[in-house]
Amino acid sequence: MSTTIAVVGASLAGLSAARALRDQSYDGRIVVIGDEVHAPYDRPPLSKEFLAGTASRQDIALGAPDDEDLQLEWRLGTTAVGLDSLGRSVRLADGSAVRADGVVLATGARARRLPGGDGLDGVHVLRSLDDAIALREDLAVAERLVVIGAGFIGAEVAATARTLGLDVTVVETQPVPLAGPLGADLGAVCAQLHADHGTRLLVGTGVAGLVGTGRVEAVELTDGTRLPADVVVVGIGAAPNTEWLTHSGVALGNGVLTDARGATTVPGVVAVGDCAATWSVAAGRHVRTEHWTNALEQPATATAALLGAGGPAPTPVPYFWSDQYGARIQFAGSRREGDVVRLVEGSFADRSFLVAYERDGHPVAVLGMNQPRLFTRWRRQLRSAVPTAS
Amino acid sequence: MIPVCPTTALPPGEAIRVEGDEPIAVFNVDGEFYAIDDTCTHQDASLADGWLDGCAVECPLHASCFDLRTGKVSGPPAKTPVRTHRVVVADGVVHVQPGVAAEGAA
Repeated sequence: MSTTIAVVGASLAGLSAARALRDQSYDGRIVVIGDEVHAPYDRPPLSKEFLAGTASRQDIALGAPDDEDLQLEWRLGTTAVGLDSLGRSVRLADGSAVRADGVVLATGARARRLPGGDGLDGVHVLRSLDDAIALREDLAVAERLVVIGAGFIGAEVAATARTLGLDVTVVETQPVPLAGPLGADLGAVCAQLHADHGTRLLVGTGVAGLVGTGRVEAVELTDGTRLPADVVVVGIGAAPNTEWLTHSGVALGNGVLTDARGATTVPGVVAVGDCAATWSVAAGRHVRTEHWTNALEQPATATAALLGAGGPAPTPVPYFWSDQYGARIQFAGSRREGDVVRLVEGSFADRSFLVAYERDGHPVAVLGMNQPRLFTRWRRQLRSAVPTAS
Repeated sequence: MIPVCPTTALPPGEAIRVEGDEPIAVFNVDGEFYAIDDTCTHQDASLADGWLDGCAVECPLHASCFDLRTGKVSGPPAKTPVRTHRVVVADGVVHVQPGVAAEGAA
């Protein structure tokens, strides 16, 4: 009798899981459930080329010509509302259910919104294709953009809006943008790109509220300053989509808790991508990773575990990139406070450099700006330096 | 045929870019040489700068993967394959034949 695996989530992690199952010779039925109506697409361009209008929907589709061979059963535009762990079925918003012998949870994360920020036109978050289309339409007729949050999404939106000719202000609560992922010193270096390109960056400033009736007119800061705005983008992070699993028996924390290979606390159910808080041997705790590369690579390990294949948990070297104002920023490894930063190549002033983060004299992470070749060498070196957990 | 470099200048795990209107990347995978278009089909990036993992190269920017033997995409976000080019080693020198697909490639 044929078996069924349900993949809940139809973005990069879900699609990668489906592809991995076929790679691993699973020949049963695969049902892919996605709450968006769109076929899988690539999210990184949403804040860059797609927002700028230089990439089309076709350009950012993740589907490949070979995908028909995967024989996937798509249930798009369908939200999963519950998981019945005992009966192994995924309940859907339309009242139907998908019975499955195995379940891959890949429901991702959603953009955090500003409390009280809903209900005003011109206020956006950016996570989905529909978000990007709505923002693009608004930016086309706007003059002044205020971005709340100077993280990677905020910085990329600001950069794109500058190329579209808008007047852009970025507001950041922390004294230094990107200090979390990059450390304060390098966060400050990367944030200089804003000033280079005529974007105002206000740091150490909270947002008191949004001003306007019907449509947003200004952002009011905690110091009383009012920043006039035709459009506001809120880029203050993301939260995992796990509420639908509350009564499923699957253990939840900051995401779906899994072991190092992606297995949840319920047999036959694995979790991958942005919704998963995966046990990290190196960190000694569950870590939820929102990086594109993680969503691409992690599913193969989890689907192997789901299919009962052995093998040690991999010890990936985290990797992410950001493209802002034409600068290519790449980071790999795991940085901690106290790591020593060493300039390996180039100079900050030239906006072309590579730095290594060192701990006990050994490199543990690397950051490059406009240094793809050297960065790749260092990234490879980091990967080979990581001991495998077995 | 375009001479690229002596085989000794391209050790295993390394890649070199052959400049031109359509630059070509030549790789050494454990003593076997492969040549493909250097420019990633996803966005402007040099695959010779990429990450070599077995017979796959990962684009240095956005992680698209290509099979060096066939030019086919083995990992997103790229969807379009790169062309392969025939490599000939003669008298200890690596040559490429631009526009002539490698044997066994689609």
